[in-house]
Amino acid sequence: MARGMVQTSGVSPMTRQPRQRHARWLDGTVRAVVGLCVAAVVGVFCWIVGDLLLVGVPELSWGFLVEAPIDSGRSGGIAPILVSTLAILAVCLGVSLPLGTSAALLLSELAATDVRLVRVVRRSLDVLAGVPSIVFGLFGNAFFCVALGLGFSILSGGLTLACMVLPILIRATEEGLRSVPSDYRHAAAALGITRTRTIWKVLLPAALPGLVVGLVLGIGRAVAETAALIFTSGYVARIPTSLLDSGRSLSLHIYDLSMNVAGGEPKAYASALVLLMLLLGLISMALSISDRWLSRRMVHT
Amino acid sequence: MFQWSKDHLLLLWLRLAASVCAAILLLVAGFVLLEAFEALRDIGPVRFAADASWHPASEADQGLYNLVPMLSATLFATLGAVLLAGPLGIASALFCQFYAPAWVAQLQRRIIGLLSGIPSVVYGFWGLVVLVPLIRLQAPPGPSLLAGILILAIMIVPTVALIAESSLAAVPEAYLLGANALGISRVGIIFRVAIPAARSGLLTAVILGAGRAIGETMAILMVCGNVVAVPESVFAPVRTLTANIALEMAYAMGDHRSALFVTGVVLLVMVVGLVAVTASFATETTHAESTHG
Repeated sequence: MARGMVQTSGVSPMTRQPRQRHARWLDGTVRAVVGLCVAAVVGVFCWIVGDLLLVGVPELSWGFLVEAPIDSGRSGGIAPILVSTLAILAVCLGVSLPLGTSAALLLSELAATDVRLVRVVRRSLDVLAGVPSIVFGLFGNAFFCVALGLGFSILSGGLTLACMVLPILIRATEEGLRSVPSDYRHAAAALGITRTRTIWKVLLPAALPGLVVGLVLGIGRAVAETAALIFTSGYVARIPTSLLDSGRSLSLHIYDLSMNVAGGEPKAYASALVLLMLLLGLISMALSISDRWLSRRMVHT
Repeated sequence: MFQWSKDHLLLLWLRLAASVCAAILLLVAGFVLLEAFEALRDIGPVRFAADASWHPASEADQGLYNLVPMLSATLFATLGAVLLAGPLGIASALFCQFYAPAWVAQLQRRIIGLLSGIPSVVYGFWGLVVLVPLIRLQAPPGPSLLAGILILAIMIVPTVALIAESSLAAVPEAYLLGANALGISRVGIIFRVAIPAARSGLLTAVILGAGRAIGETMAILMVCGNVVAVPESVFAPVRTLTANIALEMAYAMGDHRSALFVTGVVLLVMVVGLVAVTASFATETTHAESTHG
């Protein structure tokens, strides 16, 4: 909404001072510059999405999704890559979801009693959120692949991603928990319900939209990630038979096709389109959940 | 009042989980430093700036480890991207807050949100197949610092726009209405009232955008050409710190591998430094607000 802008009364041209004319001119210029900037941002967005749609859609087919890549991906499909991507995602969420939800519970519910721990956790998560993904890749390689001996595997990749998505997951979950009215907590306490049951039966259900937003954003970040996976989950484009197999994620497949495979561009377009649609779908889902949820809250209070 | 044993267990678990989350940062920093230690000991920090070039695998002179070309590429690319994306992002925030009707502002926010969701590898691919050929028409070879700057700028616009808008939205309505009552024009309100009041938030937006640009790997790896050299013009191909790790990690051994972890430490220090700077703004703001009452 345009804020603080009560419509000013029109001044007739006859009485307009040079100063006011200058102000009008300045106002118009700034408005035009702001408009141009916004048009540029929107234009680039449409250019990227439009280009991928125009070239990528003719390449897409059902076969592309269910076939194995042939000739380093120049033809065939991306089925094993989708399987690996899902496996990496499952490992990532399997670890980060319980850990992140619990940490968010501590941050929101015990902020008054565990002041020091909460402060330390919050600080380190803020810094962790800023750590570049390639540094997570280095860490994952040194820690999971070498020190823990997991090698280039889906497990290493998924665990590395879990470290990476924790800050996003925790922030959204905490916000969801904080928006639960304290009446709920007081009422549960007055009924003599244990804290554990309060969390399971009252807080988590009430904060569900926040949890879902966090989950969706976390999935989005994990699926989009490439740099952290190059030296943790590896390049192998076969269907993995165990979590200790190397598996190539969809994002890495796009990178490989466009940089290392001559003539891989058409399939790279198609893969990029699949990834983009997946992510834009996830993001719009998260945005509409949080919008609807926020407006509902405002009506209630 | 509550069943002690079960809740005690819960409390233990929550504290444990939160501590694990906090410990991950230590683990990441610790392992990267540990791996970098070997190179810092064998090669010494000075040679990372003083060697003739970056040839870590050459046998003759036990490898050359000059990181300055990569560091300068990272700094130039980040600076260029911030100079472009800062104004664009802040303009988008001003548009949503002061110019657009509610539904257009909502639409613009959606687009910014979606833009932030496009993965870096897709930005890189688009840059490779669309931007690089366009630049090649103007000044061969095409993959260049300029391509990197443009792609990075597009990528950090959402970061800048989102944080800038939330800091503009936090400017008290009374300031704006007061300025309006004084008959100040819209431009005056924006530049003399809203922007000064949201100053620290806007600065945070730009700095976090810079942090994202420094750490970006895939997109820049795909469009910059990856030649190790201090760029002489914006059309020269460059290799950034992040791209250097991504390119060489696959086959690096011994001191070379360790030197790449040193690169990681440099990145980590830069990004943590930026986060620390923004954290100091945050406390500054709360002080300012508390003194204003």
